[in-house]
Amino acid sequence: MNRRVDEVHLTPPLLEMRQVTQTYSLSRKSLLGARPTLTVLDKVSFDVRPGEAVGLVGESGSGKTTLTRILTGMEKPRQGHVFYNGADIWAGDGERWRNFRRSVQVVMQNPRSSLDPRMRIGLSLLEPLRSLKIEGDHAARVHEVLDQVGLSRQALERYPHEFSGGQLQRIAIARALMPAPKVLIADEPVSALDVSIQAQVLNLLKDLVNELGLSLVFIAHDLSVVAYTTSRVSVMSAGRIVEVGKPLDLFTRPQAEATRNLVGAILTVEAGLAGNALA
Amino acid sequence: MTKPQQDRAQDRTNVLEVANLVVHNTTLTAVRGIDFTLPAGGRMGLVGESGSGKTLTALSLMGLLPMGWQANGSVRHDGVDLIAQSDKALSSRRGRTLSMVFQDPLSSLDPVRRIGQQVSSVIRRHTDAGKKEAERQTLELFRLMSLPRPEQLMRAYPHEISGGQRQRVMIAMALACYPQLIIADEPTTALDVTVQKQVLRLLNTAVQERGSALIMITHDLPIIAAMCDTVAVMYAGKIVEMGPVAEVFRSPRHHYTKGLLESQPTMDNIALDGSSRLASIPGMVPPLHSLPKGCAFHPRCSAATERCRTEIPQLEPGARRTACWHPIAAPAEAAIQAGVSAS
Repeated sequence: MNRRVDEVHLTPPLLEMRQVTQTYSLSRKSLLGARPTLTVLDKVSFDVRPGEAVGLVGESGSGKTTLTRILTGMEKPRQGHVFYNGADIWAGDGERWRNFRRSVQVVMQNPRSSLDPRMRIGLSLLEPLRSLKIEGDHAARVHEVLDQVGLSRQALERYPHEFSGGQLQRIAIARALMPAPKVLIADEPVSALDVSIQAQVLNLLKDLVNELGLSLVFIAHDLSVVAYTTSRVSVMSAGRIVEVGKPLDLFTRPQAEATRNLVGAILTVEAGLAGNALA
Repeated sequence: MTKPQQDRAQDRTNVLEVANLVVHNTTLTAVRGIDFTLPAGGRMGLVGESGSGKTLTALSLMGLLPMGWQANGSVRHDGVDLIAQSDKALSSRRGRTLSMVFQDPLSSLDPVRRIGQQVSSVIRRHTDAGKKEAERQTLELFRLMSLPRPEQLMRAYPHEISGGQRQRVMIAMALACYPQLIIADEPTTALDVTVQKQVLRLLNTAVQERGSALIMITHDLPIIAAMCDTVAVMYAGKIVEMGPVAEVFRSPRHHYTKGLLESQPTMDNIALDGSSRLASIPGMVPPLHSLPKGCAFHPRCSAATERCRTEIPQLEPGARRTACWHPIAAPAEAAIQAGVSAS
């Protein structure tokens, strides 16, 4: 069922996981029994090239979150490798690890829980520079990043509770941009936002990819949101990537059952008005 | 086998008449005077973003407002004014003439009681059915909601079943006593996308089968299009546009409705080659404590004029209602106006 479109790309991947299998051991069913294991990722390969926006979709439980955790180095895979710029992130020295950590940044689903409520925005933005020990003109960098995400400088003195969800997500994106990453990984970045704000954030992510030449990995359960933002989408089901393709191909000629389910689940206003949305 | 416990004699009457409903606490007013009516068996969608007042509107109909919030105005239902009712009287109505399905089924089911017991206790409370009869009706409801292995499900606990199944149990419970009105507040938002459609389909047929009217609260316009015949769009505590779903969605007259429709990344408006940009509404939803003067939407509206900044527009009467000083003209209307000015 695998439809590989990545052969057509000639540039080598910037961030790549190759043949990753991740298992967790569960509690024993009986006293002397072996510990059963749960395979969350099964020989999964995934990559993103410089300046490319790729998507990852799948139902909850399909392994999206585990893939994200492995791709960002939060979890070490049991089998398989993660490469950044061609180098295995788990095999190198401290310098290689630091380079990886500042080059790959994450934006989470809920900005309200990913920003410290007692820290002024200005300080939150500086946090990645401090923890990654990045030198330079920090104030200038803060102002530059604020401009990139379209926030005013007054935001710096304020606290997270003074902002709406959409503005907070902008702030979270700004914080992720602070160490000048090459790859931005966005895990369900708009599903917690108001409808009228979602489009703003999606457009912002799209602009960042275009203007800064960033690579984007966009993870979501909603195929239409991912299709809008990315040019190549991987579909996950039960710990495997079952289909990879351009959004248009996935919509018009879905091959794998999981893709057909996701495409079939999309509701549209037109279908609803025509009376056949729930058919 | 179905057995309507209520005669549908009042088919032509309204199941709900809301007039000048205001919901406030000591410092904030979240719902700023709304009116609507819902005929028996009617389907109304209530669209709005967080802070628009849509959920507080629903909770005030149910008499379930959070501590400190109060409703004023009138809500006529089943011959009484719900706002004037005592807690006890409302409590005997909930689940009987009115019921509600919440967003998160896990937090609305009791984790330590068996599912069958929870649903049949609703039936036993509101009807004179005995234990056996209530259990029989519960099984029938589970079958109506296409729940797998209904007999085993009777004895299961909420954590043992999936989120989609739990929400179907909640819908079964809400429909147990053939309510005149069921309010569903984001019933599928917490569910997986692939399960969403199935739950909506079951809700759709079950509500129809039981003859209930439905208020569907969501920010998801395609769901409203699929489930409802009328829609009310709320913004900052007021209804800004209302009318038949097809008319409102095909030719929105309020700029906010139009913006919402255009900013949704659905297959309707994306070119899938990735070069498209979504239209987005600039700015953000105003916080309740600092609503702008005049039309609350004016700071985000491209058509705003001086009048919008000072005077609050009211919903004009009629089947198709808009609260806007500069409504978008319908294509046909625009042509007629052009014809009039030309002659």
